Amino acid sequence: MLCDICQKNIASVHITEIVNEKMVELHLCEQCAQEKGIGLSEDFSLANFLAGLTDFDLPRVKESVELQCPNCGMSYEDFKKIGRLGCSQCYYTFKQSLAPLLKRIQGAEQHIGKFPHYADKGMREKVEIEELQRELSKAIQEENFEQAAKLRDKIREIKSKMKKSEE
Amino acid sequence: MNLNSLLAQTSEWLKGTGPDSHIVISSRIRLARNLSNFSFPHWADKKERKEVLSLVKDALFKIKYLKNGLFLEMDGLSALDKQFLLERHLVSREQTKGRDCKAVVISEREVISIMLNEEDHLRIQVFQSGFNLSDAWRLINELDKQLEQRLNYAFSPQWGYLTACPTNVGTGMRASLMLHLPALVMSKQIKDVLQTISKLGIVARGLYGEGTEASGNFFQFSNQRTLGRNEEDIIDNLERVVRQIVNYEQERRKSLLKQSREILYNQIWRAYGILKNSYFISSGETMSLLSMVRLGTDLNILRDVQLRKINELFLLTQPAHLQKIEGKKLNAYERDVKRAELIRERLR
Repeated sequence: MLCDICQKNIASVHITEIVNEKMVELHLCEQCAQEKGIGLSEDFSLANFLAGLTDFDLPRVKESVELQCPNCGMSYEDFKKIGRLGCSQCYYTFKQSLAPLLKRIQGAEQHIGKFPHYADKGMREKVEIEELQRELSKAIQEENFEQAAKLRDKIREIKSKMKKSEE
Repeated sequence: MNLNSLLAQTSEWLKGTGPDSHIVISSRIRLARNLSNFSFPHWADKKERKEVLSLVKDALFKIKYLKNGLFLEMDGLSALDKQFLLERHLVSREQTKGRDCKAVVISEREVISIMLNEEDHLRIQVFQSGFNLSDAWRLINELDKQLEQRLNYAFSPQWGYLTACPTNVGTGMRASLMLHLPALVMSKQIKDVLQTISKLGIVARGLYGEGTEASGNFFQFSNQRTLGRNEEDIIDNLERVVRQIVNYEQERRKSLLKQSREILYNQIWRAYGILKNSYFISSGETMSLLSMVRLGTDLNILRDVQLRKINELFLLTQPAHLQKIEGKKLNAYERDVKRAELIRERLR
C-alpha cells in the first residue's frame, strides 16, 4: 500500500477517524506522517487531528470560547491549538464543547471500565445500569427481543446485587 | 541495579517465550493516569511538575512490585542512555525529549516501566513475552490498585480517568501486541489485513529501526478507543482480531513452504549466510535479514538457531545498544562494522 500523500513510499501509519459519522481512512508513510505532525511515538494518538475536529458544532463551541479553566488557566482557544487539555478540571470547564467532541472521537459518552476504590461505591453500578437501559431501549426499538430479554436480565442481576451489598 | 546492568539481561518482551511467540513477540498494556487538580505535564510550570514528580516518586517506592527497581530522572541521562531506554521500549520517544522533571521507574526484570511527567503524570506499562495480554492486565490492574491507595487520581464518573489528550480518556488504556508477519508481507496480503482491521477499531503501525528504514516485518496492533467499553472487552476485541491475524500468518507460512519451498529455503539460507559472513552491515539490512532468519527458525529450516538469540539480535544491533556494548560513542561507519562483528560472534 502506497502513502496517500506522496504516493511513493510504503504506508506504515494507518489511521481511521470518524468525522461527521463517516469513516475516513488515511495511510501514510513515516515521512509524510511526521511532516503532518503525526508522531510515531510509542502511543500513537489522534491528538494532532483534534484541532481540526474541535471546530464542529459551532454554536456550542462559541459558548466556551470565552471560558477559561479556573484551576489551570487554559482557555478553549488554547485547547484548540494544542489538542491537549490543561488539567483534569478542564474537562468540567469545557464540558459543553468536549461532550460532542468526545462522542465523535471515542464513539461514546460514558466511561464503562474500572473505577478507583474511592469513587462512590454505587456509582459504578448506576452507570452500568444506565448504559444497559440505553441498549435495552435501542434493542426494543429494533425489535430485537432476544437481546432485550438478555439486557433486562442483566439489569435485574446488577440491581439485586446492589440490594444485597446494601443489606 | 543501574542502567548499565540492563544490558546484561534480556528484556521481558524479547524472551521468545509465552503463547504463540513464533509470531507474537510481545504483549503490552499501558494505563494513563493523572493526579487530580495538578496541571498536566505539558501545561504545568516547572515547580508543579517537580511537585508531581516527588509525590509520585514517594508513592512508587512503597509498591512491592517496584522493590529493587530502577529510578531514573531523564534530565540526568546522556542522549545515548535515553536512546538506549527507547530501543528497549522502556520509555517513549516523547519521554526522551524536551522538558525537565521527567523520570522513569523500571522494575527488576523490565516487566514494568512507569513514565512520570510524560504526556500524562503517569504512564504505567506492563510487558509480557508472547501473546499474553491477560497476565499483563492482571499485573497492571493490581499495580494500579496499589497506586490509587496512595495517589489521588483524576477521575470522573462520566468520563473515567481524565487524561491530557481526550483520545485516552475513559479507561486510559492502550493494549498492544507486536507481531512478526513475514509471510503475510511476502505474499502481499498484509495490505488487506491492515485495511480490514482498521475497520474494527484497531490501529496498526509498522515498527521502525534507524531513520526511515523499514524494519523486519514487525507490526504493532492496538485498540483505538478508550471510552465506552471496559478494559476486559477492549482486550478481548484486540485478542480476537489478532488471533485471526496469527492464524492467517501461520497458514501463509505453511503454504509458502508448500508452494515455493525452494524460493523460501533460498531466501532464508542466504539471509543466514550474509549475516554470518558480513564485515559491514546497516541496521536496515540487518532487520530484514534477521526477519528471514527468524522465520527460518520457526519453520525448522534453521534448526540450530534459537528464537531468543534472534530476538536479542534485533535489539542489540540497534545504534545505542551497539555503543553501550562497545562502551563508547561510535559513528555510523563504526556502528556498521561493530554490528557485523556482533552478529558474526552471536551466530557462530
